Amino acid sequence: MENGKCNGGATAKLPEIKFTKLFINGQFLDAASGKTFETIDPRNGEVIAKIAAGDKEDVDLAVNAARHAFDHGPWPRMTGFERARIINKYTDLIQQNIEELAALDAVDGGKLFQVGKMNDIPAAAGHFRYYAGAADKIHGETLRMTRPSLFGYTLKEPIGVVGHIIPWNFPSIMFAMKVAPALAAGCTMVVKPAEQTPLSALFYAHLSKEAGFPDGVINVVTGFGSTAGAAIASHMDIDKVSFTGSTDVGRKIMQAAATSNLKKVSLELGGKSPLLIFDDADVNKAAELALLGCFYNKGEICVASSRVFVQEGIYDKVVAKMVEKVKDWPVGDPFDSTSRQGPQVDKKQYEKVLSYIEHGKNEGATLLTGGNAIGDKGYYIEPTIFADVTDDMKIYKEEIFGPVMSLMKFKTMEEGIKCANNTKYGLAAGIVSQNVDVINTVSRSIKAGVIWVNCYFAFDLDSPYGGYKMSGNCRESGMDALDSYLQVKSIAMPLHNSPWM
Amino acid sequence: MSRRRSRRGKEKDDDLTVEAIYGENKIRRRVAKAMRWSRRGKEIAEETVEAEDVKELMPERLFATDRFPNKRVSTTDYLSRVRNALNNTLEMAKLIGSCFGGLFKLPAQRLKPLRFPLVGFGEVMGLPCGEFEDGYSIDFTYPIRMKRRNCYNGSRVVRRFGTSSAAEKIISPSVQVSCTQLLIDGNFVDATSGKTFQTLDPRTGEVIADVAEGDAEDIDRAVKAARKAFDKGPWPRMTAYERSRIMLRFADLVEKHSEELAALETWDNGKTYQQAKTAEIPMLARLFRYYAGWADKIHGLTVPADGNYHVQTLHEPIGVAGQIIPWNFPLLMFAWKVGPALACGNTIVLKTAEQTPLTAFYAGKLFLEAGLPPGVLNIVSGFGPTAGASLASHMDVDKLAFTGSTDTGKVILGLAANSNLKPVTLELGGKSPFIVFEDANINKAVELAHFALFFNQGQCCCAGSRTYVHEKVYDEFVEKAKARALKRVVGDPFKKGIEQGPQIDSKQFEKVMRYIRSGVESNATLECGGDQIGNKGYFIQPTVFSNVKDDMLIAQDEIFGPVQSILKFRDVDEVIRRANETRYGLAAGVFTKSLDTANRVSRALKAGTVWVNCFDVFDAAIPFGGYKMSGNGREKGIYSLNNYLQIKAVVTALNNPAWI
Repeated sequence: MENGKCNGGATAKLPEIKFTKLFINGQFLDAASGKTFETIDPRNGEVIAKIAAGDKEDVDLAVNAARHAFDHGPWPRMTGFERARIINKYTDLIQQNIEELAALDAVDGGKLFQVGKMNDIPAAAGHFRYYAGAADKIHGETLRMTRPSLFGYTLKEPIGVVGHIIPWNFPSIMFAMKVAPALAAGCTMVVKPAEQTPLSALFYAHLSKEAGFPDGVINVVTGFGSTAGAAIASHMDIDKVSFTGSTDVGRKIMQAAATSNLKKVSLELGGKSPLLIFDDADVNKAAELALLGCFYNKGEICVASSRVFVQEGIYDKVVAKMVEKVKDWPVGDPFDSTSRQGPQVDKKQYEKVLSYIEHGKNEGATLLTGGNAIGDKGYYIEPTIFADVTDDMKIYKEEIFGPVMSLMKFKTMEEGIKCANNTKYGLAAGIVSQNVDVINTVSRSIKAGVIWVNCYFAFDLDSPYGGYKMSGNCRESGMDALDSYLQVKSIAMPLHNSPWM
Repeated sequence: MSRRRSRRGKEKDDDLTVEAIYGENKIRRRVAKAMRWSRRGKEIAEETVEAEDVKELMPERLFATDRFPNKRVSTTDYLSRVRNALNNTLEMAKLIGSCFGGLFKLPAQRLKPLRFPLVGFGEVMGLPCGEFEDGYSIDFTYPIRMKRRNCYNGSRVVRRFGTSSAAEKIISPSVQVSCTQLLIDGNFVDATSGKTFQTLDPRTGEVIADVAEGDAEDIDRAVKAARKAFDKGPWPRMTAYERSRIMLRFADLVEKHSEELAALETWDNGKTYQQAKTAEIPMLARLFRYYAGWADKIHGLTVPADGNYHVQTLHEPIGVAGQIIPWNFPLLMFAWKVGPALACGNTIVLKTAEQTPLTAFYAGKLFLEAGLPPGVLNIVSGFGPTAGASLASHMDVDKLAFTGSTDTGKVILGLAANSNLKPVTLELGGKSPFIVFEDANINKAVELAHFALFFNQGQCCCAGSRTYVHEKVYDEFVEKAKARALKRVVGDPFKKGIEQGPQIDSKQFEKVMRYIRSGVESNATLECGGDQIGNKGYFIQPTVFSNVKDDMLIAQDEIFGPVQSILKFRDVDEVIRRANETRYGLAAGVFTKSLDTANRVSRALKAGTVWVNCFDVFDAAIPFGGYKMSGNGREKGIYSLNNYLQIKAVVTALNNPAWI
């Protein structure tokens, strides 16, 4: 253990796994095929539970339920306020079950239990609370028609049946970020959680029943991307698919939509987000932000600051500070409250990250710290920092999705901007500087959906979030997210003898 | 006085028409006789006098009746009653003529056939009662019994207008009055002066509780607390999400205590318990949930500008908000004002109406329980000229919002202008047209027009108080509107099935009665109603006037009582013009099946709300406010937030921006 100690010895009681079946039309059901898959504890590679493996047939069933709930059920016919009451009740239930939900995400995704309790689950609840408040604030507009004697207005209608495909890195927050605005808009939905982390989604399904959502409004089909996910993306009766995951899979989703019913697609994809640290930055603060930005949630976060650019005047100091600080970045059991980093989500990701580390070494980057797996059980990896990374290296270009930082030096602001934009991604960026001109110029110059100035991961319920370029095509969070789940209908009619136009 | 008082002993007589007892001719004779028993009446009868002389002859004290235990009818009123009666009833005119011989010279063409025999007759005569040889007594202050008989054209006594306030036992509210002190800085405290005032039960005029009477000093204390809470306290500094959580908790508590709140509201205001419990308290909770939802969605803009500038607008809380609310919807007005102010992060000094101080204190207590920091919401009960005026003119209040009469609104605006120029939102009076076109569903229109006017005892600023009906359907409409009004059940608002309770207080009661007399006097046709019900409290009969003309006072002034005026119109242009010929512009109703008419009229009316084929649709999200002298600003909906925000533009020079 060179970097940080491993708290592998800590053990915690597994939460009881209560829900393992598909949730369709208000019922927990086995997959039609009867098949199951194993969800694995990344701390040790052991099986936590066997989960129903939904496939096309199950997706059909779920879509039917959602379709019926949308076309004939009460949900889109309730007032926004009535929907809000149920969503608020749901939020209360989530808040009453924070410990259990945090434990499920911890054991299923290797996520820190404490962080889940303090952040992930309350944030998921916050999304529901926020969109409960938004449900009665979806305004269309009355229009100033250009043509004479015409009156027009817009109605924002729920788009219909939504398919949500959510990733494994933030099972709770992603569930809420997608489900909550769709509910507020009046949609019904089929949610497919990632096969790595199906547990909390099923628990949320259970709570939805308790909260009083009409049957068929929220359906959860656990299963694999190539089967259940593909069935959703190409389903002829789904009006909209919303996906968060890798850019490669995003491309497949869009293709499936294109070759089926041209359903609307929202994509929230990968990133290779830059963090620019300027000479006037506070060294300590900058180092802290860089480490947090890259290693938070073991680097399994699409907005990770995986490319850190430091201006040459401060470079040495920042590097020294980071190397010093990373020693106090304990990796260990996610249930141990002293851990700052748990295991990678599964063997595949673990091996992928390790292979990138090998690439970094082979391509000539300087390994400052880390670079190894930890222990022989579970999928723990040391926080790893490479310096002298160049833009032709694989670790510079590709999303690693692990605790691996690439560190670069830049001279001028112009160069910094150029480097930051030197990527096919455009999800987020960080700037550390006290200079208002630098901040304004850089924020407007970086092609990314979110810019964090002197902070990082400043997500907020009210702050829209999404990608430029190949990082996606939509915005989630905030009022903008509702647009993904609404159709705009324009209504025009002749207007006679109006005293004004 | 005492000998003029009623000697009627038998309460059951209230239930009978005079006519039913005596027959028409007999009663006329006896009435005439009874009148002659009046010394004063006799004096008048024997002299030919002009109006001014009557004043001398009949000093005010003579007009005190047992209906107005502490009030007196002015001679002017008295005279107008005489004229009304004379103008409306040939029979009565003859009768009076025979008694008073030439007191008023009436042009023959103005005499109408017997339509409303003896309406207001007892009052007209200044005779609260008469006495008959056979031992029966008759109280002329309740001539409605005779009129009612006539309206129904039947032989049976139809008892629709309840006289429950007089004849039945008053229902005791199942709630204790626990909060009667000012809420300042998180504590319930007495007024500095130690003074209190009485808040009255409009069913009886009796005292419910003694309430702290806030004055300038108390307003000053409350403003200081609000100032401190705003400048240094946690409220504007916590996240909007946290603010919304506290507001949601308050909404939960409102739901938990809905029965107490509804009972207090009914007790203090006289609105029906059913309305308070099933509509207003849920709406109170709903409004706060709505505004809680806004708290974390108050967005400024980033703004394009000419040149290399980065421009943002920050929507900041405005500071200490002074809010003055009326008595007609105490809790809903509380919500309309307090909800957006809190969502935006302000602190508040709220002055309640002196007629209805109780529920706001209760709500204030619930807010403290919900975790609202001290000083954020301060509530001062008291009177307009003292507490209200000092709030409006306070130099440390950053914003003022007022709902009430147009006259008071003018005063408020003046006080703001003369003090620190605080921005003022005004929600004032109205004389809202309710327009029924010939293609409308008449039954529905009748029902909604009735509701539009009589809802809440007619005490709504947006009451549809000018019912314009197309000439082709006019007669049918009037007939049905009258029938509907006659069916309206008036009585103790705590009683189930009651549609209408008492007016708020004696002042309003008398004002409404004055307007009714004015309507009669100006020759509008009194279709039904027109009088008090019972002899206790402030109950008024649902009153309908037809043949109302635009220039009549009842068509121009805000009556704020259960008095419907039905006017006739011919075509769209005319009705648009006439509907807009008012200094008010609060709301309007349009009833038609024609899309073109609906679109055209709704755009042409100068009013803040137009309801098409509906009325009084209040929703948290629908903005409400007035054109012209009905006020300025909008409450509810996203628009209400603007009242409680300062907008700050932050302009930053840009160096080499990537784009502009």
